[in-house]
Amino acid sequence: MKTLKQIILTLLCAMAFVACKNESKETSTNSKPEQTAPSEKKSGQAFIKDDEAKPTVLHIAIGSKDHTTLVAAVQAAELENALVNAGPLMVFAPTNEAFAALPEGTVENLLKPENKDVLANILKYHVTPGRYSKDFLKKFKKLGQANNGYVKVEVTDGEPLIGGAKIIASIPAGNGIVHVIDKVLLPPAE
Amino acid sequence: MKNILRSTIALLSVLVVFTSCDNASKSNSGALSSSAAEKVYVAPGEHDEFYAFISGGFSGQLSVYGLPSGRLFKVIPVFSQDAEKAYGYNEETKPMLNTSHGFVPWDDSHHPDISQTNGVVDGRWVFINGNNTPRIARIDLSTFETAEIIEVPNSAGNHSSSFVTENSEYVVAGTRFSIPIPQKDMPIKDYKGNFKGALSFISIDPEHGHMDIKFQLIMPGFDYDLSHPGRGKSHGWFFFTTYNTEEASTLMEVNASQNDKDFIAAVNWKKIEEYVNNGGGTMMPANYAHNVYDEATHSATSTMKDEVRVVNPLDVPGAVYFLPTPKSPHGCDVDPSGEYIVGNGKLSANLTVHSFTKMLDAIANNKVAGDAYGIPILNFEDVLAGVVEQPGLGPLHTEFDGKGNAYTTFFISSEVVKWKLGSWEVVDRQPCYYSVGHLMIPGGNSQKPFGKYVLAMNKITKDRYLPTGPEVTQSAQLYDISGEKMELLLDFPTVGEPHYAAGCPADLVKPRSKKLFKLEDNKHPYATLNEADTKVVRDGKTVHIYMTTIRSHFAPDNIEGIKVGDKVYFHITNLEQDYDVPHGVSMIGANTSELLIMPGQTETFLWEPKKIGVWPFYCTDFCSALHQEMQGYVRVSPANSNTPLKWSLGEDIE
Repeated sequence: MKTLKQIILTLLCAMAFVACKNESKETSTNSKPEQTAPSEKKSGQAFIKDDEAKPTVLHIAIGSKDHTTLVAAVQAAELENALVNAGPLMVFAPTNEAFAALPEGTVENLLKPENKDVLANILKYHVTPGRYSKDFLKKFKKLGQANNGYVKVEVTDGEPLIGGAKIIASIPAGNGIVHVIDKVLLPPAE
Repeated sequence: MKNILRSTIALLSVLVVFTSCDNASKSNSGALSSSAAEKVYVAPGEHDEFYAFISGGFSGQLSVYGLPSGRLFKVIPVFSQDAEKAYGYNEETKPMLNTSHGFVPWDDSHHPDISQTNGVVDGRWVFINGNNTPRIARIDLSTFETAEIIEVPNSAGNHSSSFVTENSEYVVAGTRFSIPIPQKDMPIKDYKGNFKGALSFISIDPEHGHMDIKFQLIMPGFDYDLSHPGRGKSHGWFFFTTYNTEEASTLMEVNASQNDKDFIAAVNWKKIEEYVNNGGGTMMPANYAHNVYDEATHSATSTMKDEVRVVNPLDVPGAVYFLPTPKSPHGCDVDPSGEYIVGNGKLSANLTVHSFTKMLDAIANNKVAGDAYGIPILNFEDVLAGVVEQPGLGPLHTEFDGKGNAYTTFFISSEVVKWKLGSWEVVDRQPCYYSVGHLMIPGGNSQKPFGKYVLAMNKITKDRYLPTGPEVTQSAQLYDISGEKMELLLDFPTVGEPHYAAGCPADLVKPRSKKLFKLEDNKHPYATLNEADTKVVRDGKTVHIYMTTIRSHFAPDNIEGIKVGDKVYFHITNLEQDYDVPHGVSMIGANTSELLIMPGQTETFLWEPKKIGVWPFYCTDFCSALHQEMQGYVRVSPANSNTPLKWSLGEDIE
């Protein structure tokens, strides 16, 4: 406990010094006409501390050990804030295993900064504006996804198949629902 | 002990570091002077550059703010009773809330729009729609009060409203929900083909602003979501987004999203106007209220109307076309030139922009893809001007700066995106905190926007302000759009849901703002223009008190002879003729609100005494140094007593 306190204090000191350093740099160059906006990257609804409300679809994914690849992808594509929105959002969340089943190198390639748009497009293909139970999904022929594409819904042996993927589990979220699926959905080539 | 000491030293050193840092930045403030704070700072006593009229959504009211400061000046009661101003509580304004369903003291106010002359906002009136019990209100910007409310028959969920054409010829109200027209008892499942949607064109009297339903276009049973008038080259047309072209009546979130494309309905209202002026259309029985407030009598009257002119679009060939637009379009916005019609498909990731010129060309060359209930559908490709590809998630509304740029809100990705008309490229994006709905540029719905600021209105604020329990404020955020990049300047809390807003330069409105009502022009039937004429008159069990106020007394202030079971009307005239000296009044046990009476005005409240005794009344608006002395008594006797009716000021009643 004591150590923790010391670490925090040390960190605070370090932060204060760093802030100071930046400040003095600005003073010397005097080149920036306006205050720099706070970093957009880590601000927004996704970063509100809230331990009372039911977890959002994003926080469910973050909390799942089977979805570390998906979470890394969402972070790389900077889609965190969209996934905590009022929605409602239905996220089809492929497991780590599903990502691993992709051809070797695919995930690594998608996570590269230059492929951010391609990755975002794939991820948005896993999101539907709406909130439907697994059973209710059987009423659909297709779902309109957030990337503007459609994913086909079929019913096999009384189970809905979403773009060929099976729903292995469904977790209701504060702003929608997460359906865990066993396959990565790839948008049809345009 | 040692531990504590160590921690204290460490803490102190942190403080020292922070303090020194603070000093450094302070001395540096000159280099950072062009800050957001300075841009929104309006010094005490100075005035804002713009008025912003921000609707209250479910509060049913309209709030008046200044921009860039975000200061709130007034909440104008429109569709909801307001105890502060006695609106809907006093006898004079109760008729304003009358409808064919009786007295309806609440509504959901959505889309304010300022009157225009020659395509430019003129600052005379603001129109606003009540969604729930369909109504359109007109607010007079000389008094900042609701001057008129007209109910819209054959309509339900009055949402694609209340948008004004460029010479204020019409304020237009479109139905969100289609319904049986005329209403009848029928199975809901028979919706398809049987329900209809009414688009109402309400004419505006150019001098007094009085509204009258010129005609209703009876359209297929879709949901008509939003609308905007054509302007400039497209003046004479009106555009409405539709969803639920599937004509479903249940689980709309699934069933109304099945079609790949819905429509923007393009209506040539000039053509229909001509048809109507030549006797076209039919009068159908209807029942709707028209409520007008008269500034001379300080009173509203409600008149029930019993018919409305309806037009079948098939009877006016060439007047209505459908432009296919992807996925349940919501916002329907027309750029200042009138050439581009932007449809924001809320379930689509793209923005669809139609070209007015191409639309006319497709019509001229009869390039029709099909029809819906006989209304021609044009080819998507023939009318498409361009697509803004994947600018964000959940596009809702677009406004324009008059410099070739458009600004669109995205609900799900919670941002405003700036893009260029013609090249459709995204120029800038700024986050909103959080989940933005509409946005507003002053004059944004006209040929001449004042493109200095954009105001984004957010539905959700979560952690943005001090918390106030489960219900937290909604907000508006002001961005400077004078440069290439948008800059967030301010966010401020709002009253109710800031659904949409209209804005204009303050100079348009300020010089016309009334300071008081002239006493000699007061034509209220119960007005008392001087203290000598004050009196109390009994008519059976009804008693009329003709009372006046002036700093700092009521006349009369002692009244006897009132009995339990009487209906006592206090008609109070404020004799002041000085700016900003209203008087208020209330009576113990009155089952209504106070009155707030402007100088030269007469207002009335009803009091029905239930108990004997001597009951005080007093001035409720802090009016003067002797405000606490502004009070009086009413003696209430048993119902069967013989206490004579007497009144006085400054003497004992004997």
